[in-house]
Amino acid sequence: MTTARAETILKSSHLLGTETLSVGEITALLDLADTYVALSRSNNKKTDVLKGRTLINLFFEASTRTQSSFELAGKRLGADVLNMSVKTSSVSKGETLIDTATTLNAMRPDILVVRHQDSGAAELLSRKLDCGVVNAGDGSHEHPTQALLDALTIRRRGRKFEGLLVAICGDVLHSRVARSNINLLLKMGARVRLIAPRTLLPGDADRFGVEIFHDMRKGLEGVDVVMMLRLQLERMSGAFVPSTREYFRFYGLDAEKVKLARPGALVMHPGPMNRGVEIDSAVADDIEVSVIQEQVEMGVAIRMAVLDALSRGLAVEGRNAP
Amino acid sequence: MNRRIAFRNARLVDPASNLDAKGGLLVENGKIADVGPRLFNDADAKDPEVIDCKGMILAPGLIDMRVFTGEPGSEHRETLESASLAAAAGGVTTIVVMPNTDPVIDEPSLVDFIRRRAAATAKVRVVPMAALTKNLAGEVMTEIGLLTEAGAVAFTDGDRTISNTRVLRRALAYASTFGALVVGHAEDPDLSEGASVTEGEYAMRLGLPAAPAAAEAIIVERDIRLVEMTGARYHFGQISTRASLDVIAAAKKRGLPITCGVAAHNLALNELDVGAYYTFMKVKPPLRSESDRSAMLEGVASGVIDVIVSGHDPQAADTKRQPFAQAAFGAVGLETLLPVALGLHHDGRASLSLVLKTLTAAPAKILGLNAGTLAKGTPADLVLIDQEDPFTVREGELRSRARNTPFEGRSFHGRAQKTYVGGECVFDRKARR
Repeated sequence: MTTARAETILKSSHLLGTETLSVGEITALLDLADTYVALSRSNNKKTDVLKGRTLINLFFEASTRTQSSFELAGKRLGADVLNMSVKTSSVSKGETLIDTATTLNAMRPDILVVRHQDSGAAELLSRKLDCGVVNAGDGSHEHPTQALLDALTIRRRGRKFEGLLVAICGDVLHSRVARSNINLLLKMGARVRLIAPRTLLPGDADRFGVEIFHDMRKGLEGVDVVMMLRLQLERMSGAFVPSTREYFRFYGLDAEKVKLARPGALVMHPGPMNRGVEIDSAVADDIEVSVIQEQVEMGVAIRMAVLDALSRGLAVEGRNAP
Repeated sequence: MNRRIAFRNARLVDPASNLDAKGGLLVENGKIADVGPRLFNDADAKDPEVIDCKGMILAPGLIDMRVFTGEPGSEHRETLESASLAAAAGGVTTIVVMPNTDPVIDEPSLVDFIRRRAAATAKVRVVPMAALTKNLAGEVMTEIGLLTEAGAVAFTDGDRTISNTRVLRRALAYASTFGALVVGHAEDPDLSEGASVTEGEYAMRLGLPAAPAAAEAIIVERDIRLVEMTGARYHFGQISTRASLDVIAAAKKRGLPITCGVAAHNLALNELDVGAYYTFMKVKPPLRSESDRSAMLEGVASGVIDVIVSGHDPQAADTKRQPFAQAAFGAVGLETLLPVALGLHHDGRASLSLVLKTLTAAPAKILGLNAGTLAKGTPADLVLIDQEDPFTVREGELRSRARNTPFEGRSFHGRAQKTYVGGECVFDRKARR
């Protein structure tokens, strides 16, 4: 059983988005994640801060990367991890989200990690469950651990957030990664540019307090970080952009476009990549600029930090009492 | 080759620079080298080629923003070459061709085809528009970025209205990303399905299937809302009703990036000209009421209507020699565009400068073309106009491959006498007939 050895990091018992995180909470999570990077690089990768705790991964959308990252994080912290994907749950038999939640609640999990295709699903579950809820992506709303792992990657590369110029490029309209990153980066003092055709930008995107660019070449000028977003296959063939070849020509990141960014700029991608659509292999695989593999490593560390932080809150509040 | 042509004793009319004065113009290497009231006044020009304009109008060559041809796919109706011959005879030095061909111009390689074919065969400049949606189906937007790079000057489904508002919204938003011009056709496809003429007493007496005039304004209003939402540059290819005109005037007043055109036939003819089921009078938009026609004249005079177009749409006997309801829409118009437009000046509706502006400077500005002006350094695309020359339209004298003119037997005064493209004479009325 964890004791009061560790200080409280998060005010809330859930992590639903970056919008509600404070600068202090973000910094504390990144600091804690640094220790888990070190742990994950050692031979004994396990600790017991979540010993006895039950973690449920509930994924209504398939995601190998995020799900295994959370699974590994939970296991390294000593928790029992249960993976539920939609194909094996009763949701595919017509059960409502609330009924699923009630059922899961009866199994007394400590933390539920949820990925759902609808915006607000994590929020809804957090109100119905007694455990901590981590949003692992809800519709086009938020994906907070992605933004945190991106921030960790940037910080570990020695970049300061204050005044950092970050370009987020691609399908902002449908992207929860973009929203979480915009919230977090602005909070930390960075400047954000959004680069996309008008069809892939919300009409009110400037209300985020960001700069909007439709010409990628202009938008990339002088940026410190280039974050590429994934373009879903079904959006490439006419509905939002006319074709993949046109998209790559004007919005794909290739070596020539990277040169417009500041020398030493970082190239990031939340994965999985569409090579030749939003990013050229020559860029994605260039270890001089691409930190895409590093992002994956940081993903496990940040999720360990988030689970650790949430478990502290649970212990203090005694929410797990019968 | 340093070829020089001196035009003297001309009435120079260049709406782009508000010039309307007697003077001369010098062409050198295919470009306008000099122009002005005092040029070649004393008839001492030593140039090998001196053209005495005898006080006739020397104006920038006309730009026709709306021309349908049959190339590729229906070359029996019209080729780029035959359309260019008709254009040259009409004083038109730039034709903007519509993508409604077979195959539809919806691929960068097809834009390239049009440009190469035109360079090889056409006597005037040919500027292609590309389709806004693939195969003009109104479902999937085309590669606006790549098509622009290939040379498409604007995006349009020609005489088809995109009925799916969501598709159009996205296409406009995407086009505005590239600053591309979208040209729309305003005719509610459901209201006008199967219709041959405009709804009204005359259509009723003829018993022809008709669509209400409001089918146009309904789409105009919708599209203006979408322009407001997306910021796209938008041009209504051809309007024809007073209601549309009022809505567009209001939208322009609000500062929206909207322009519009009118076809010569909607300026000169009304619903009664359908007469005894003359299928050559079956056009798009349909010939309207006299009230709507006079609204179009007012629209040109007030400047709400930016351009006058021919809407040139060649049809062969097989598609026109049919019962009215089954006949194809369309009228040829390249050779009658200028005479009809000059009619507004003769009738005191509009100044000569304004009439020519709708055919030169205005379309050049909307399309971003380096043409439509007599400014020094621009290509010497010129038309020499005798604004008094009286003539009667005879279909047998048309250069167009198709002869479906709605103006057969009608008399005008004023037409092109000589036409130059890049300093080359492509039409000389005296030399021909």
